[in-house]
Amino acid sequence: MTDSLLSVQNLQKHFPITKGMLKRQVGAVKAVDGVSFDVVKGETLGLVGESGCGKTTTGRLITRLIEPTGGKIVFDGHDITHMSQGRIRPLRRDIQMIFQDPYSSLNPRHTVGAIVGAPFRIQGVQTEQGTKKAVQEILELVGLNPEHYNRYPHEFSGGQRQRIGIARTLALKPKLIIADEPVSALDVSIQAQVVNLLEDLQNELDLTYVVIAHDLSVVRHISDRVAVMYLGKIVELADRKSLYESPMHPYTNALLSAVPIPDPKRRKDRERIRLQGDVPSPLNPPPACRFHTRCWKAQEICSQVEPPLLALATGHQVACHFPENAPASGDVAVTGAGAVTAEGALQAGGAGDAAPGEGPAGKGTASAS
Amino acid sequence: MTAPLDAPDKPVDPAPAAAGAGAAAIQGRSLGQIAWMRLKRDKVAIAGALVVIFLILVAVFAPLIVGAFGQDPTQFNSDLIDPSTMAPKDGTGISPAHLFGLEPLNGRDIFSRVVYGARISLLIAFLATLLSVAIGTLLGVTAGYFGGLVDSIISKTMDVFLAFPLLVFAIALAGIVPDEAFGLTGDTLRVALLVFVIGFFNWPYIGRIVRGQTLSLREREFVDAARSLGARGPYIIFREMLPNLVAPILIYSTLLIPSNVLFEAALSFLGVGVRPPTPTWGGMLSDAVRFYTIPHFMFFPGMAIFVTVLAFNLFGDGLRDALDPKAR
Repeated sequence: MTDSLLSVQNLQKHFPITKGMLKRQVGAVKAVDGVSFDVVKGETLGLVGESGCGKTTTGRLITRLIEPTGGKIVFDGHDITHMSQGRIRPLRRDIQMIFQDPYSSLNPRHTVGAIVGAPFRIQGVQTEQGTKKAVQEILELVGLNPEHYNRYPHEFSGGQRQRIGIARTLALKPKLIIADEPVSALDVSIQAQVVNLLEDLQNELDLTYVVIAHDLSVVRHISDRVAVMYLGKIVELADRKSLYESPMHPYTNALLSAVPIPDPKRRKDRERIRLQGDVPSPLNPPPACRFHTRCWKAQEICSQVEPPLLALATGHQVACHFPENAPASGDVAVTGAGAVTAEGALQAGGAGDAAPGEGPAGKGTASAS
Repeated sequence: MTAPLDAPDKPVDPAPAAAGAGAAAIQGRSLGQIAWMRLKRDKVAIAGALVVIFLILVAVFAPLIVGAFGQDPTQFNSDLIDPSTMAPKDGTGISPAHLFGLEPLNGRDIFSRVVYGARISLLIAFLATLLSVAIGTLLGVTAGYFGGLVDSIISKTMDVFLAFPLLVFAIALAGIVPDEAFGLTGDTLRVALLVFVIGFFNWPYIGRIVRGQTLSLREREFVDAARSLGARGPYIIFREMLPNLVAPILIYSTLLIPSNVLFEAALSFLGVGVRPPTPTWGGMLSDAVRFYTIPHFMFFPGMAIFVTVLAFNLFGDGLRDALDPKAR
């Protein structure tokens, strides 16, 4: 755990619902309800799930744009969970966010120079050759013409605007970047450019990413590890290869089967999993396993005992009583349900990260932890 | 670009020069510049703006203009009045010296009174608008940005102000306030009083618009971006939000000015404005009512009010179209 840059433990965010004059609380939307993961320096963690599953809220909690209800966020050795805005200010240089909508994330009244230079001004950072020079260097880094310094956002296309947003994010050389749906507002052809830019920048500047997306192919392209969220919880967390090739959680299976295949011949070969019904309301989520209302494998236990997020194979955590593609020794882990704390599961995940590529050899070792 | 084709073996000079010029020309147009270009194309708005500028110049240089004709707005010309009918001897009294003719009864020069009237009218309208905009913007941004209880209190206050019987209050206040108060006397006190009454009770119109705009701006991601960079409240309000609020504030100010001109005229007409003998358009109309058989007395101050209000409204509409083309 020493090399993890960001550690999120049992993070919760409940939005209260109030009623009447006295603002009596009548309920809460459990947008994020007990999310735990670690991000190792230099890696990319993908966070996927359908609309309303709490991905974006998780990102906003990490950047402290909203106040967590419970849990713990540790960044680079600092507990920032409830740190005051004044004390967190210096740390904000190291955690930056790329926003989803390039049309809304750039102030239409500011020039590109002012937008990308804002981090220097807000943080009071002085650069050797002046802010303008620094800004122009960053513009060049993200593939924009430094001559565009004096232009306004409305003169740029969506992809260029997103590059401006990325330039602003990079201005202060952050360690961690939370990318909230960085490409979902862009055309597919532009998506590839921006995703590749993000990858190049990661290699060049030694960045760590948390990429929030609903597009599984984008996540597959960019992530080292992927966490799948459903209704405010992580249901599966694994390295990219094992998640996409042998998904264990039924929900992940359903998600992956929904990815369109551009080849009609191959499309016929695949069995598409169609989930019944809608996502239940986060206001009143189903008890125990939150997916049991839509799961075709659900049994009685699924609505009574909540499956913990367990490591069933090296670096492959899943929260399910009846995982698919589980290794032969997986049964051991299932019977041990509840005995393993979230902390333990995390450590198991961390240990798995330390030795990537161990794959089949390390099967079942995690269940012993 | 045809030159290199004609002589391909010659060194191509024009192309790099053109490229260099192009690079130098990369200077973005701000939204303000674009709005100005759009405004320039709107002939009606430009006409309105020219009239507005003309009126302001008239107000500023009133003593010079009136002096050029050798008149004084308060000077009686009883010798030019027919004592039996109270009307000017030749009906209107219009002559090269008295462009707009003479007042009945005492024979004051209408032209110089209309010119001086522009001073009071525009001064009060501008200052009252300034006061409304200042209070409205401050409270509107505060309500929109902080939300919650602050928003509820300010919004309810706006509702109270909008329901206030302003005209009755103004008449009552004019009766109560003595000739000397707050260290001010005479016209200065009256102008200050009118500015206060008109300006202080009109802010909710601006306040509501600014609040609504702030509410929608607050949800934009660039505000979140500034917050995630560690920006404090004042930075977000002044650097991120206010530049986006300038357009609506400017539009509603230009549209508030004519309504304030009308309101000042109404108050003067009712006799609670600036006191005679200081000339005001509303006061002149009020005097003219008694002499409705001598229409030119009513015509010129009435036209002055009409032209002023129309010019400001046309300019304001054009400004709105230029600054906010989507709102049409």
